[in-house]
Amino acid sequence: MWPGGNGEGGGSLARHAMLIEDEPNIAEAIRFLLGRDGWQVTTLPDGVQAETAVRSARPDLLILDLMLPGRSGLEVLEALRADPETAALPVLMLTAKGQGRDRLAAQEAGADLFMAKPFSNAEFVAAARALVGA
Amino acid sequence: MPLTALTGSRLRERRRSLGRRQADVAAAAGISASYLNLIEHNRRRVAGDVLIRLAAALDMDVGVLEAGAAAGLADSLRSAAAADTGGDRGATVAAELDRLEDFIGRFPGWAGVTAGLQARVGQLEQAVAALNDRIAHDPHLGLALHDMLSAVSSVRSTAAILAETDDLEPEWRLRFHGNLQADSERLALGAEALVAYLEGTEAEATSGVVSPQDELDGWLDRRGWHLAELEADPDADLTGEIAGLATAAGRDLARDWVAQARADRLALPLVGLEAALESFGPDPARIAAQAGADVLAVMRRIATRPGATEGLVICDAAGALTFRKPTEGFRPPRFGAACALWPLFGALARPGLPVEARLRFAGRGGRPFLARAWGQQSHPGGFAGVEVRQAGMLLLPLAGPARAEDLRAVGATCRICPETGCPARREASILSESIR
Repeated sequence: MWPGGNGEGGGSLARHAMLIEDEPNIAEAIRFLLGRDGWQVTTLPDGVQAETAVRSARPDLLILDLMLPGRSGLEVLEALRADPETAALPVLMLTAKGQGRDRLAAQEAGADLFMAKPFSNAEFVAAARALVGA
Repeated sequence: MPLTALTGSRLRERRRSLGRRQADVAAAAGISASYLNLIEHNRRRVAGDVLIRLAAALDMDVGVLEAGAAAGLADSLRSAAAADTGGDRGATVAAELDRLEDFIGRFPGWAGVTAGLQARVGQLEQAVAALNDRIAHDPHLGLALHDMLSAVSSVRSTAAILAETDDLEPEWRLRFHGNLQADSERLALGAEALVAYLEGTEAEATSGVVSPQDELDGWLDRRGWHLAELEADPDADLTGEIAGLATAAGRDLARDWVAQARADRLALPLVGLEAALESFGPDPARIAAQAGADVLAVMRRIATRPGATEGLVICDAAGALTFRKPTEGFRPPRFGAACALWPLFGALARPGLPVEARLRFAGRGGRPFLARAWGQQSHPGGFAGVEVRQAGMLLLPLAGPARAEDLRAVGATCRICPETGCPARREASILSESIR
């Protein structure tokens, strides 16, 4: 059973977040946190299928790790921004401390907000809410 | 033509330094004085027979005069002049490029030194850039740190969920506990690997830029600070091994150390030393009195006997460390001056007076030590010669816990000392900007 899932939003459809994160334990913690906050969460372990998944699932928010295996979060972000269909999707970028230059590049590529690992759970949930205007 | 110009100036300089008149030299070389004058003022080229005769008249080497290498020298000096004009470190008076040939001709030695410095600056700038690059872009370091940060993020979020969620379902609780354990194991392994890596790069980095003193330390460290050969045979020949050291200065230091160790060994044979340690404990003054040896020799023998756990530093009258044997919990500084609070310096100021203190080295894992320091002076040049002063400090690890208030807190050197409010601090610590 998914904790805090369906129904707590008072009948309205749950907000949908897509999470692309290669660290399974971080992904699990985020799934749990957002789930408790009334989100529906889908996760991808890498950025290879990101655009296809975003186009078919149409999430309200994309949470994107900057450093992903195979294809970096920056590449995914650039591809999404280049596509008119996904250009306006709110993107929360997860970075690690010390990725100053990559972060700058992501900012230029159009990330809406950054969250540096390790983050505080409360701040993370607040950031996710703020990005979808909830 | 530059080379000719150079030659004329050199001829003139040489003649004047010999105190000879143009007419004399011209006559000796079989040319007219006015022609020599033109040559000397670089207004006539000089080569072949005339040059050879002039060189002979002035007792100079023709090869030096021809100075083919001077073209390279001039280029180096030009680049030095160019490098110096940029930035706020630039000279207030620009280098006189129009008089470059004159400079090389008149001061070939200084010109060489300047060009050499310019080359050295270039090398050093490259080395600094390479080191900088390595720290900033070291892929292994970056990956290892990223991995650890990931694990830390996971631990932080998971631990917060466990701590803050009151109604956590048992299956989720189990899963998060499992994740926590896996991540903490990953962290432990990562930290270990990182430490090993950094220690490795430290050794690698220092091998490139070592002082002769570092070379000596490294050699003695590899040998466990003990020269076993001398115990068996004080005349044992260690030249072969010393020859393995990289620099001439390092080999000089090693030779001096071996000579010192040989003298110490003759004054204090190992058997007698062990017996004295047995009956008096590690008291260099008592052992010295009994053996009729000097106290510093006893300190050296104690610290370098097989399996010794004592640390030892020896300094000269200027406080510069001339011998640095570290021990667990004590690492003497490799660069710059040591902590001013070391009893070593008290002993240096009062030769012949034993100084003893219980110490704790500031920072993590500060182990307690009993420090015994002694200064002494000698006059190798006799009454008319200079005084040579030296001091040594033996660091004996204190067994068992000691109360912090019984220990004097000291550091290695200010730059890496975390002690706050030290009245003897010389410069701020790099460990924290706030430490003064």
